[in-house]
Amino acid sequence: MNQYGKWKSKGKTKGEKNLLKNTFIVIPSYNEEKSIQDVISSLRKAGYSHIVVVDDCSSDKTYKILRQQPSNVVHVLRHAVNRGQGASLKTGIDYAISQGADIIVTFDADGQHQPQDIAVLIDPIMKGKADVVLGSRFLAGTSEIPWLRAFVLKLGVLFTFFYSGISLTDTHNGLRALSRHAAEQVEIRHDRMEHASEIIDEIQKKKLAYCEVPVTIRYTEYSQQKGQSTLNSVKIAWNLIIRKLLS
Amino acid sequence: MIILQIIIVVFVLFALSRVILRLRDKQISIAEFLFWTAVWIGVLVVLFVPGVMTMIALRAGVSRGVDIAIYVGITLLFYLVFRLYVKLDAVDQNVTKLVRIIALERESSVRRKRK
Repeated sequence: MNQYGKWKSKGKTKGEKNLLKNTFIVIPSYNEEKSIQDVISSLRKAGYSHIVVVDDCSSDKTYKILRQQPSNVVHVLRHAVNRGQGASLKTGIDYAISQGADIIVTFDADGQHQPQDIAVLIDPIMKGKADVVLGSRFLAGTSEIPWLRAFVLKLGVLFTFFYSGISLTDTHNGLRALSRHAAEQVEIRHDRMEHASEIIDEIQKKKLAYCEVPVTIRYTEYSQQKGQSTLNSVKIAWNLIIRKLLS
Repeated sequence: MIILQIIIVVFVLFALSRVILRLRDKQISIAEFLFWTAVWIGVLVVLFVPGVMTMIALRAGVSRGVDIAIYVGITLLFYLVFRLYVKLDAVDQNVTKLVRIIALERESSVRRKRK
């Protein structure tokens, strides 16, 4: 458990309160009818009032569920054609910027992420210590990571080190926070799952201040089903190398 | 003229007519037109003067003319696949841009209507 829990405005400066008010949570979602309602409810319960959900042309009831959410809190965008998680994130981030977001948090729709971790995540940005804050499941030691997943993630860490020259403990965690400045700078060109490595590459290229904070990932049967296969990780690495060579 | 030569000549003439038509419709640039014209005329030259290939092959250190034709063919195919990959990637990115613009527009029009 982290020290923050639900947001408390007490003890915060006026500037910090404003930043909080302008914190947008961006959730890319694709066929998440089983989890999306709980994810949104938990975020609302935690006090977040700007939730941007990008439905990536789901074929199940996800969009129907999203349309039933209060429009003053939940902003729903829908891709007419399925374009992938990277594309959905970029759509959500662009929208959040257009709505005046000061801080943008990317959050998964499968229920793996905990709303209470957001407070820890955005704290360094609020204090002006970082432009990008990356969640790490390995720092806290509270995530029960299946061994194969842990192994693949560590290979990802190694790959990112050689690819971008940045040493992190967890490179493929969808829970991250970006300041407005960082969100405007970071360019996501990869439509699919390669975006996680691309964001880290962009941090390096644009020389953005970054840090990692401990977060907890809840592994459920559902989230593991929705997660990336080991084989797909190889495909992601291949696509990244090809794109890097082409650019 | 053997039957194979007749078939290839007809095919090359057809291909050349496509190249000219595409240039007339401004679907390809002058450079692309020259490239494809050279490729197809090259095919005709090899077809009627097979010794040319053997001559080039010997100069390139390959013993048979047909071998050099295969090497050049494979290299050309690799290049074309690469070009297609780049083009497809650009098309893919443009589709995403369009999908994004539509999604953002729709959301703002829904919000405008509510107001």
